[in-house]
Amino acid sequence: MTLLEFARGPGLYASLAVFVAGTLWRLAGILMRPRLPDLSPAREGAPSRLAGALQANLRAMWPRPEFLPGARFIAINGYVFHLGLALVFFGYAPHIAFVERLTGFGWPALPDPVMYASASITIIALLMALAMRINDPVRRRISIADDYITWTITFLPFITGMAVAGEPSDAILARKHLLYEGPLAVHLLTLELLLIWFPFGKLMHAVLFAFSRGATGVRFSHRGVQ
Amino acid sequence: MGAMTPPAPAAFDRQGEQDDTARIDAAIGSFVREFGVTASLHLESCVRCGLCADACHFRISTGDPKYTPIRKLEPLRRAYLHEVSPFAPLLRAFGLAKRPTIEDLQEWQELLYDSCTMCGRCTTACPMGIDIAELVKVSRHGMFKAGLVPERLALMDRTARQWGSTATPGEDLPDILAEVAAEHGVTIPCDLGRADILVTAAPAELGEHTKSLADAAKILNRIGARWTMHSAGFDASNIGFNNGDLELQERLTRSLIDTAVKIGATTVLLPECGHAYGAARWEAAKWYGQALPVRIIHMTEFLDELLADGRIRVHPIGETATFHDPCQIVRRGGLEAAARRVLAALGFELRELQDHGTAGFCCGGGGGVVSNQRAAPLRHKVFELKRLQVEATGAKRFVTSCGQCRITLEMGAQHASWNKRTESLLELVADNLAH
Repeated sequence: MTLLEFARGPGLYASLAVFVAGTLWRLAGILMRPRLPDLSPAREGAPSRLAGALQANLRAMWPRPEFLPGARFIAINGYVFHLGLALVFFGYAPHIAFVERLTGFGWPALPDPVMYASASITIIALLMALAMRINDPVRRRISIADDYITWTITFLPFITGMAVAGEPSDAILARKHLLYEGPLAVHLLTLELLLIWFPFGKLMHAVLFAFSRGATGVRFSHRGVQ
Repeated sequence: MGAMTPPAPAAFDRQGEQDDTARIDAAIGSFVREFGVTASLHLESCVRCGLCADACHFRISTGDPKYTPIRKLEPLRRAYLHEVSPFAPLLRAFGLAKRPTIEDLQEWQELLYDSCTMCGRCTTACPMGIDIAELVKVSRHGMFKAGLVPERLALMDRTARQWGSTATPGEDLPDILAEVAAEHGVTIPCDLGRADILVTAAPAELGEHTKSLADAAKILNRIGARWTMHSAGFDASNIGFNNGDLELQERLTRSLIDTAVKIGATTVLLPECGHAYGAARWEAAKWYGQALPVRIIHMTEFLDELLADGRIRVHPIGETATFHDPCQIVRRGGLEAAARRVLAALGFELRELQDHGTAGFCCGGGGGVVSNQRAAPLRHKVFELKRLQVEATGAKRFVTSCGQCRITLEMGAQHASWNKRTESLLELVADNLAH
């Protein structure tokens, strides 16, 4: 079995299994903690719990005006690399072909130049996020190993992906035999590393953010806090 | 190169004779009991973006990153990871999660009690919606169990456990009220067997703020309310809520509700006190396990309703004013509009602070920090934020609706030789009642 065969076979399935099982385990472990109902009477005119949760989720999409001067850069940079990650994963033709081989589902790809630009901007945004974490006294003080591990594991698929994107997507997909088997295997393995790490580190915020914001929204909409 | 001065050791006090292991176990045992769904979600969701740092008045006014709000939760987070998180067995097996040590808990005492007012401004800044202020409260519960509370607060706690109030024993209340009544020329009923409204006080109203109490009496008498204060339950400020003493919090809460039920009251009227509102309005029901049989209402809401119903009228003052929003009443209590309607009724031209409403900066004394003497230097730094914003409005009057905020702001003003008086919304209404 070659490295690529491993990455496309057992490596991929094992990492997907860890990703799914670990994510469900962590989410269930949190959501099954005891619940203490709020028995205080709600403020007159308070929205429903669901509406409170949804409003809180929407409100947290952008910093409140009072925090905007200090938060603008972090918010924009965060959006850039989150959107960049999504665009590159879901928009790049070889990625779509990869998902289609696995699941049977495909969708139209975005043009290569958009992908190259997205990947480049995302890499820059990730580097800026790292620079801020290292250089800013507050971020440096509060950072833990998870932050650096997660950053590295998020960054690796981009760098290794760039190494196998030397040709246009059409050309890559038209080939019967891969030109860069080794680099492609490494690229796939970095993705699998990300899948394995996802449930254990802060990548899990991709799932938890909605619950976390929602819980606070329920608490304070009940009190009539705007 | 000059000699390096080592950083001063963190300030901490200890109560009781427990050994260090027992203190750690007590703290962690308390933490674990409170790791419900919401606390767990919030401890799991942080991405260490640091945006809470720019919301905290202590971090902003000192520039010290150690005051970053999320960092104040570190012992709690570590206990969570080690004890109950979904991967706790794995983390323990590989030695990847460590319980907080006694040194950690001692060091964090300053961060949890001296430099956090549980004002919740950080909560509103967090993109993950983490209610950091609530988790600081959870942390304080463990710290109290561990006997690791600032001694000044512990002293007040012992007093309240003995007296049911930090101000006076219940049996002295009738005499104090008689003195206040005589001094201000009002009638203050006490210990009536039946009444519709049980009126409560903050400790300051039985000391330096007696005018507030007399003014509440003046308004209640004006509307012909059947009301009383009661020696069995009168102190609403609830030092247990601030200190992390859950047993005391429950006792003080029960004393109010049980007394109200005993005398047939349908309403418990809270004084101009922020933490009283947090403890009674939003947390009282949890001690009963069901909806409360009485309505709990803050003085600001009460005034707002009286004015809206036309049961009282006020002479317009017709000056400029700015308003300090007490955190527990507004940001964490939802009463932003009520105070503004009362100010409007008083005919004030309101000039809002740059940061107001849910965005307002704390006075710096909430959560017991006002009583914690060793935190005074930090408090004075925080006061500067407020002073600058008040001055920037150019408003003639400076008003608030929390007695503890008033005390904090008055102390800050005295320290800064600032001659702006902080006025009570209640007192302004009472002083301008129209016939």
